Amino acid sequence: MKNTNRAKRHMGMKTKSRISNTIIYIVLALMMVIWLIPFVCILLESFRVETTMQVGYVVPKQWGFDNYINLLTKTDFPTWYLNTFIIGLVVSVVQTIMVLCTSYTLSRMRFKGRRGLMNFLLVLGMFPGFITMIVLYKVLSGVGMTGANSVPGLILVYSASSGMGYYISKGFFDTIPKSLDEAARVDGATRAQVFAKIILPLAKPIVIYTVLTAFMAPWGDFMFAKYISHNTSLGMNVAVGMQGMISTPASLAANYTQFCAGGVLVALPITLLFMFLQRYYVAGVTGGAVKG
Amino acid sequence: MPNLTDLEYLRLNRFQKALHKIGRFFAAIPRWFLSLFIAIWNKLKGFGIAIKNQVLDIILTFKNGSWKTRVSFFIMGFGNLARGQILRGLLFFIFQVVFIFYMVVSGGHWLSKFGTLGDVGSGRVYDPILDTYVLEAGDDSFKILLYGLLTIIFIIALVYTWRLNVKQNRIADEIIASGKKLKSGKDDIKSLTDDYFHKTLLALPVAGIVIFTVIPIIFMILVAFTNYDGAHDGYSNLFTWVGLDNFNELLALASNNNNLSYTFGEILSWTLMWAIFATFTNYFLGMFVAIMINKRGIHLKKLWRGILVLTIAIPQFVSLLYVSKLFANNGLVNGLLMDWGWISSPIQFWKDPTLARIMVIVVNIWIGIPYLMLIATGILMNIPKDMYESSRIDGANAFQQYSKITLPYMLFVTGPYLLTSFVNNINNFNVIYLLTWGQAVDNPLLTTSGGNATSVDLLITWLFKITTGATSNYKLAAVIGIMIFVVVAGISLIVYNLIPSSRNEDDYS
Repeated sequence: MKNTNRAKRHMGMKTKSRISNTIIYIVLALMMVIWLIPFVCILLESFRVETTMQVGYVVPKQWGFDNYINLLTKTDFPTWYLNTFIIGLVVSVVQTIMVLCTSYTLSRMRFKGRRGLMNFLLVLGMFPGFITMIVLYKVLSGVGMTGANSVPGLILVYSASSGMGYYISKGFFDTIPKSLDEAARVDGATRAQVFAKIILPLAKPIVIYTVLTAFMAPWGDFMFAKYISHNTSLGMNVAVGMQGMISTPASLAANYTQFCAGGVLVALPITLLFMFLQRYYVAGVTGGAVKG
Repeated sequence: MPNLTDLEYLRLNRFQKALHKIGRFFAAIPRWFLSLFIAIWNKLKGFGIAIKNQVLDIILTFKNGSWKTRVSFFIMGFGNLARGQILRGLLFFIFQVVFIFYMVVSGGHWLSKFGTLGDVGSGRVYDPILDTYVLEAGDDSFKILLYGLLTIIFIIALVYTWRLNVKQNRIADEIIASGKKLKSGKDDIKSLTDDYFHKTLLALPVAGIVIFTVIPIIFMILVAFTNYDGAHDGYSNLFTWVGLDNFNELLALASNNNNLSYTFGEILSWTLMWAIFATFTNYFLGMFVAIMINKRGIHLKKLWRGILVLTIAIPQFVSLLYVSKLFANNGLVNGLLMDWGWISSPIQFWKDPTLARIMVIVVNIWIGIPYLMLIATGILMNIPKDMYESSRIDGANAFQQYSKITLPYMLFVTGPYLLTSFVNNINNFNVIYLLTWGQAVDNPLLTTSGGNATSVDLLITWLFKITTGATSNYKLAAVIGIMIFVVVAGISLIVYNLIPSSRNEDDYS
């Protein structure tokens, strides 16, 4: 009698968990649909040939590569793409160097003014970065780094102050045991040698994370690029250029499917790169949140 | 709020306990301000004492120093050169020469005009040779403000360097008196890779931050006290100092344009509302999704997670612009709904103020959940499994486990992250602007106040619209920038005081 009762309860729990699991599967499946549908739509619409306007259906009636061909031959899209690519490449190198130098120093070395510097950077980060643009734009345009020639200007704007974003990287360095440094120092290595030969090889995950995020950021920036490029098509990045393609109702009607094609072309390489390095990204994001 | 003893506090029920805590929090606010003022006063006092000590030290150095030291007071680096420290001496000397040269050639000029920001407007001047009126450029207020600021910074740098020079001479005197050898230039360079390695590493990042962030921000703070805008652009029409006028206008202390202060109030309250909703909806829903995926017995964990993470990779502007058009009047959603006959006219997703506000929050959830899912997954895995085991044996249900184990742990670990993401949401330009730009959200009072503000605008998008629009209202932009700083700094201060553990950074290693 007792045994059957327990068995019954056991069964009850099993069916209960089966029900809750089923509900979870349904919710998750629904979520996946919601999260993926826009991207599927954008992909399908990029192959639509019959009309360039927005229409009330998704699957094209006539398939073709017309939008891609038009985008690559008749618009400035290749220029925007190249601009963004160059910016991303240079910024990822410079920013990584800046962030590594700052975070390693603040994590490992104790010197006069360290606390003060960290507090100062914290307070500085509370100002919206965009207000620096008004004066930077004037100065950069004075030396010809805006408008059509805004790639070097944007590189400077993105990477010059990147030492301020040292937090995640510092959190990583904080977890590398200090005894490693000290052992090497006892053996006669200078601090520079410790940094180059011991810490940097260990820091591979955080280096890859920094490079990845630094490379991806210029692809998504709108605010700074819009201000620096100043309505000059040749100096835009993909975000500003593609927003311009659909900024008025008339241009939206003419360019909508081309915009979708552009979205696919932008998203594809970044997504591939991201999938390839996803492990490091996840580690960086999780670590950053935990250590603040 | 009465001070309760431990026993009295424990006797309260849960509701009374919460009430008591909230009451204590607000009762403590005056004390914070008091301690803040005391802290500022102590800082000032410390500063005064430090200055006094410095001056005393300088005087003593001059009185007791060797003749080399005394000459160095007027020719920087002389002492170093005379004692054989060629590298240091040259650097000091060159700095002084450059400074004097700069001040004579242009620094003095900028500085003399700094008080008025220029008094010679541009105008047409009669040219007797060409026998016509030509346009003659006058002062440029922008340049005067910028170069004046740079000159002041240069002067401060000189004072600091001079002080360093004096101090080094004193130390050199002491070292020689004790019979030791001075450091040579070679030693100095070597120490940059060892004892002073932090200077080498920080030189480039700090220089970048100073040039591209610190100086521009100081400049913009100064602009907030001028009337710099499209009409007073500095060269065709000079701008000048106006004191606190801009602040008064925005905060309605001088009520000549109530519209502006109304707009500011509306946008500020929506910014805070948005930041709260955006942060906490993402946080709890993301955590919920992570818990669902992590639940025992759920298969294909990698697939669910992978699909969500994949959406992070796609640049935000693509998804945001696409979603913005998806819900447009002639977009896919309205098109499908009308095809199915559910609605007869398109739903104004972005034009109705309330609906637009809900939409940006919903789309932000769509954007944000994958990140939070990632973060929460990492943390959930760190919670010891046996805590759940033992609580289940004690008869806790899933909800109790969540509210007593998972949530407190998550909140404790991600407290600082919550603050960062709150601040990021206050400045979340992309989501708001890319979703709703060009959509007239009906509130004429906002629209006419300059910058075409709408009901969904945050302070940061308003700032952007003001600086890029036809009016180019830089002075107002500067004031708004300062206001954003005040809001962010205030919230950060409060939260830092509330977070129980301001953790020691050395704890990790």
